[in-house]
Amino acid sequence: MPRRNDLKSILIIGSGPIVIGQACEFDYSGTQACRVLKEEGYRVILANSNPATIMTDPDFADRTYIEPLTPEVLEAIIEREKPDAVLPTLGGQTALNLAMALFEKGVVGVPGKPELIGANAEAIATAEDREKFKIAMLEIGLKVPQSGVARSVDEAEVVRQEIGLPLIVRPAYILGGRGMGIAHTPEEFRQVVATGISASPIGEVLIEKSIAGWKEYELEVMRDRADNCVIICSIENVDPMGVHTGDSITVAPAMTLSDVEYQEMRDAAFACIRRVGVETGGSNVQFAVNPENGDQFVIEMNPRVSRSSALASKATGFPIAKIAAKLAVGYTLDEISNDITKKTPASFEPTIDYVVTKIPRWAFEKFPGTSGILGTQMQSVGEAMSIGRTFTESLQKALRSLENGRMGLNCDPAELNYRSMSDEEVLAAIGVPTPERLFLVGEAIFRGISLERIYKNCKIDHWFLDQMLMIVEERRSLSNTTMSALTVRQWRRAKRLGFSDAQLAFIWSVEENDVRSARIAAGVIPTYKAVDTCSAEFAAQTPYHYSTYEDENEVRPSAKQRVIILGSGPNRIGQGIEFDYCCVHASFALRDAGFETVMINCNPETVSTDYDTSDRLYFEPLTREDVMNVIQAEIKASSTPPRVIVSLGGQTPLKLANYIPAELIAGTSPASIDLAEDRKKWSALCEELKISQPPGGTALSFDEARAIASRIGYPVLVRPSYVLGGRAMQIVHDEAHLQRAMSELAAAGTLGREGGLSAERPVLIDRFLDDATEIDVDAIRDASGEVLIGGVMEHVEEAGVHSGDSACAIPPPTLEPWVIEAVESYTRVIANALDVKGLLNVQFAVAGSTVYVIEANPRASRTVPFVAKATGVPLAKVASRVMLGATLAELRAEGLLKPPTNFGHVSVKEAVLPFNRFPGVDTALGPEMRSTGEVMGIDSTFGRAFIKAESAAGTTLPTSGMVFLSLNDKDKPSGLVVAKRLRELGLGIAATSGTADYLSRFGYPVDRVVGKVSEQSLGSIADDAVNLLERGEIEFVINTPRGRGAHSDGEAIRKAANIWRVSSVTTINAALAAVQGLAEQKLDPLTVKSLQEYHGR
Amino acid sequence: MSIREGQLVLRDGSVFEGELIGAVSAGGVSSGEVVFHTGLTGYQEVMSDPSYAGQIVTFTTPHIGNYGTTPLDNEATKVHARGVIVREEARRESNWRSDLSLDSYLTKMGVSGIAGIDTRRLTRILRDTGAMPGAFGSADHATLLAAAESEAGTSGVQLVEQVTTKSAYVVGSGHYKVVAYDFGIKSTILRCLSEIATVTVVPASTSADEVSALAPHGVFLSNGPGDPEAVVGAPVHIRSLVDSGMPVFGICLGHQLLTLALGGSTFKLPFGHHGANHPVRNLRTGSVEITSQNHNFCVDANSLSGIADITHTNLNDLTNEGMSVRDARAFSVQYHPEAGPGPHDSRYLFNEFRQLMEAK
Repeated sequence: MPRRNDLKSILIIGSGPIVIGQACEFDYSGTQACRVLKEEGYRVILANSNPATIMTDPDFADRTYIEPLTPEVLEAIIEREKPDAVLPTLGGQTALNLAMALFEKGVVGVPGKPELIGANAEAIATAEDREKFKIAMLEIGLKVPQSGVARSVDEAEVVRQEIGLPLIVRPAYILGGRGMGIAHTPEEFRQVVATGISASPIGEVLIEKSIAGWKEYELEVMRDRADNCVIICSIENVDPMGVHTGDSITVAPAMTLSDVEYQEMRDAAFACIRRVGVETGGSNVQFAVNPENGDQFVIEMNPRVSRSSALASKATGFPIAKIAAKLAVGYTLDEISNDITKKTPASFEPTIDYVVTKIPRWAFEKFPGTSGILGTQMQSVGEAMSIGRTFTESLQKALRSLENGRMGLNCDPAELNYRSMSDEEVLAAIGVPTPERLFLVGEAIFRGISLERIYKNCKIDHWFLDQMLMIVEERRSLSNTTMSALTVRQWRRAKRLGFSDAQLAFIWSVEENDVRSARIAAGVIPTYKAVDTCSAEFAAQTPYHYSTYEDENEVRPSAKQRVIILGSGPNRIGQGIEFDYCCVHASFALRDAGFETVMINCNPETVSTDYDTSDRLYFEPLTREDVMNVIQAEIKASSTPPRVIVSLGGQTPLKLANYIPAELIAGTSPASIDLAEDRKKWSALCEELKISQPPGGTALSFDEARAIASRIGYPVLVRPSYVLGGRAMQIVHDEAHLQRAMSELAAAGTLGREGGLSAERPVLIDRFLDDATEIDVDAIRDASGEVLIGGVMEHVEEAGVHSGDSACAIPPPTLEPWVIEAVESYTRVIANALDVKGLLNVQFAVAGSTVYVIEANPRASRTVPFVAKATGVPLAKVASRVMLGATLAELRAEGLLKPPTNFGHVSVKEAVLPFNRFPGVDTALGPEMRSTGEVMGIDSTFGRAFIKAESAAGTTLPTSGMVFLSLNDKDKPSGLVVAKRLRELGLGIAATSGTADYLSRFGYPVDRVVGKVSEQSLGSIADDAVNLLERGEIEFVINTPRGRGAHSDGEAIRKAANIWRVSSVTTINAALAAVQGLAEQKLDPLTVKSLQEYHGR
Repeated sequence: MSIREGQLVLRDGSVFEGELIGAVSAGGVSSGEVVFHTGLTGYQEVMSDPSYAGQIVTFTTPHIGNYGTTPLDNEATKVHARGVIVREEARRESNWRSDLSLDSYLTKMGVSGIAGIDTRRLTRILRDTGAMPGAFGSADHATLLAAAESEAGTSGVQLVEQVTTKSAYVVGSGHYKVVAYDFGIKSTILRCLSEIATVTVVPASTSADEVSALAPHGVFLSNGPGDPEAVVGAPVHIRSLVDSGMPVFGICLGHQLLTLALGGSTFKLPFGHHGANHPVRNLRTGSVEITSQNHNFCVDANSLSGIADITHTNLNDLTNEGMSVRDARAFSVQYHPEAGPGPHDSRYLFNEFRQLMEAK
């Protein structure tokens, strides 16, 4: 059944901003879909609010709408573009939910309207509605955990009495397990049910028997319209049932299932996809298996591509999303060829001859108040994947890929932390799933605690425990020998078990570099094997490699000039998709220019780790050892040495720059990078250039810090060097707080954690500029000295809020021309002084009539993709060419560099914060970045663009009802403007007494005065804001925090707003922007417009 | 547990260093034709499949033995493969079904193996040069190379007589009466057949008259090892059964023997098909089945012209995978619809056999 010719144009719904549970895997899948459908000749229309994605590059679709992903906006896009079909299965849960909303509105999937392809409404409902799904599975004879449905706590109680505790509660229609929980007591149960009902868009939860401790598996299934079904990959979770699969350590292929059991599961997965009715595409089916008797239960099914399918694609080399897009337009699996072999069809089941391990990365340190315990609700912000020939090798590679300061399964300085624990404490700790659990299991094994006892506590399968025991045994035997006494066979054995040079250095108390030299001298160097979908049965045409210690190396020689691009590793807060975007753009641009590009990265979610993105892909940890190994393998593979790009992947590659021979590094030299990073050198440079800096200094101890603070005066900004995302950055108001901050940093330093204090990484102490406006500039300088100002961004939030958490706008809405002139000139001067060849990001703060430079980073910044989308200038592509020697003039002549589009529009970037995952956390913004993603709003004015960005970020701005205002004294004057606008908009105002007094004194009496939350606890009868929020009487919260008060009223209000899902803003500037936008929207409703139209291209 | 170092040597001189596992081989040498199997699961079924007689099986999946072994998964009472080559043998198994570790199983079955091998390098050699004789063990290099060089391989070698039953026996209690020729029959096939029939399993040398004397509703031609041309006698009897109008169903070697019986021909594939992921198109329905495969020899599709209709084709290399004999009630497939190990996509063929007998 070939391509459908009855369809001409297709709307693809993207997944929006990066949030917990939905990350760049949907950029990877969406990008593939856009590419495939364009190649097939369809007119592709794309809707996605996330500017940092590759898929929203204007050349990936015919019409790209960077607009809020709401049913209303999509309806407007459909009205305007009149697509023949809508493809909702590649944009995650967001796209599926939108498709259902559009279907219910009668906009898609009904006669006369665009068809839903990939999965129809009936199939989506069957898979997503827990009760329907359960009935469907029972109907086809599959077992499901005993369960019931409830729409209220009372209904839930009935179910509890039927089934009995422990119970697991899942809200219907959710992503990443949001609002899901396990209850062991009736009290817990009622609480979890209430949370679940409010998390579900349809107010419904499925309550089922908890089978925590069972083994968990996933199968990735594909089906075509001729009903051919294949399994792409089986995945086994190391963590048993009870931990969300996105938070579990997972392994592919399944390790402990016999063929008999596996085939039973395969049959069940096919029965499931057929019954649910996913006609074409990929689905993910999750199973629980009782380790005692092999009983198999179906847990859930996702009728779309997912995080797991991205992982399965990277794990096998079978591009699920790409094939799913082809299947959606009518092809059958046997009509599509296997990209990797080129000779065999896609209608087969990949078989692999290596082991893949995925480990999530969490960010609990950024959310004080969270328990750090993993559960059925996903909390991780990223993941690393590794490939090794065996599980032990793969596991240890994955652990060092996380960049958490760990070098593998212990055998590193951080393990010393566990030594103070008693055996009982270790055993108790492994009974609780946490990010540390696996290391603690390693510690328990190291102590000689029996595997049976360990199993009893953690329920990690015996096979996995024994594999870890092998690592521990090897470690013991290595520590009984010395490096010089090691035979080649022993070297090889250690490396085959995945030991890193750094671990060996720790075991022998020598330097990592000595281990490396001795190992290379012994001739023990890695071989690179290929990921080929078929375990070498057929020749692979696609060089997708991983390292291992075997006999044969498969890297093919090449005569072309190669450029190695170091990626950014697992997503984390502060270093996410924006950097992957830059790496991908570099690869695209350099391939176009005739270079052979080589990508190194270990993040399975990304476009950069698609084997199609670069000429060669090395799926490897971004550590010194692994990266140097690849560089050396590439040097061997060609007569011309490769060039290495270190400045596009964020801090990860920059930290490696010093280990790489300087002559190989493309673009800005490591010396210049260091000049900008090293605080003392940088300050001296600024002085020389006569550019003002906030006064400050660097400190290695509290005493030094105190001396600086007393010289420059409080408040001061305390931040570690060499970090992204403001890790551990704080605004400090007094000495006691300074002492606390310094000791926290020193503790992190001893653990080798990111942001830790050490002799090489001193702490920066700067005068904090109150009330300053922050400005970001992205620029490119070429070797001839020409500087291109890519964009000047004005932050909406004032200085003190991390730039990554602040909204910003292009062009700057309020900056005076002289300020813009000044920051542009300063940027040029700094670029020249640093001899930048490539990208430069400079942050400024304007206070009064002084423009201060805060910092300059000669590397890609988080804002590069946003600037590119706002101006139509592909900064990352231009920069990568410049790094390899092209001048801006040449690129202009070539047509790659075009002038920026005329600003008939304003672009606003807004941060997206994960607070709904962390209900106990204060939502006030600060100097430590906590956002996971970003969205963009584009419109004719700043106010309009801002409310689009807010809407895209999931903030529901009020159009009726009551707004709650609580402002600190500094913000009260601006609060008058906010109150005036709210009145004009016909909105009610509730306020705390202080704010209410102030507003009424100046002519804006409020509708409702509420008591303090703290007074309420003293028995006052007045309602407080938390009560109003609980009762749903507040539509929107404007609360600006009063400095760093521990458990202030404001914090309680913000937390309550978070729990009851009432949108809030926590800065007065955001409030002003919001009311301005609402006022403009009231006069002239918002419309949609594509990027291609904005760019006029 | 002490490490027993060993070597694998191929006839082309390639050497692989490893560690010996399982039983200790006589004279420190195990030799045979080296092939590779790409399935992710099912190592026990593969090792005990009589079709591997004369061969050393390389598993491309690095971890072998993780879920142990159980008598339930044996395809025959003994292991017919000459040896196994793995990257990593599990030292501890974990699965509720298991009652013996793989290593103990190999020892019990008297089969040696070698672990720690760069099985991917080995597979790439076999893929490029074809299945090749080889030898492994604790013997020195020269001895192993000599053993590899003197190894006969499988072409023209009579292997069926080593694996076929010595005397007839009956399994199952199904409605129909089926006589199954045992050229090396797998237990899973017998399980599938006995769901529909009472099966009398007979030696490979059984004549058509002897079969007819049992008055079966249908005759089954089993899988088995090696070169079909080396199986003397059987094609004649098969021909006369087909001509008599008897419903006949063949699998793997059975498919090849049916071909030879009808005057068609077979040839040897470079490295064969051994795995559980091969796409086969059912030409009657157009649908694709993912199949379990294990054969080095293959039916020449052109030789079937005028004799049989091709019903199934391999989508990887377009070789023949099945046929339906013209003007007769006989059909056969090259692959393994019974699975064991592998997917169940093609189990419907047993039902078709039942329908064929029903129509009698």
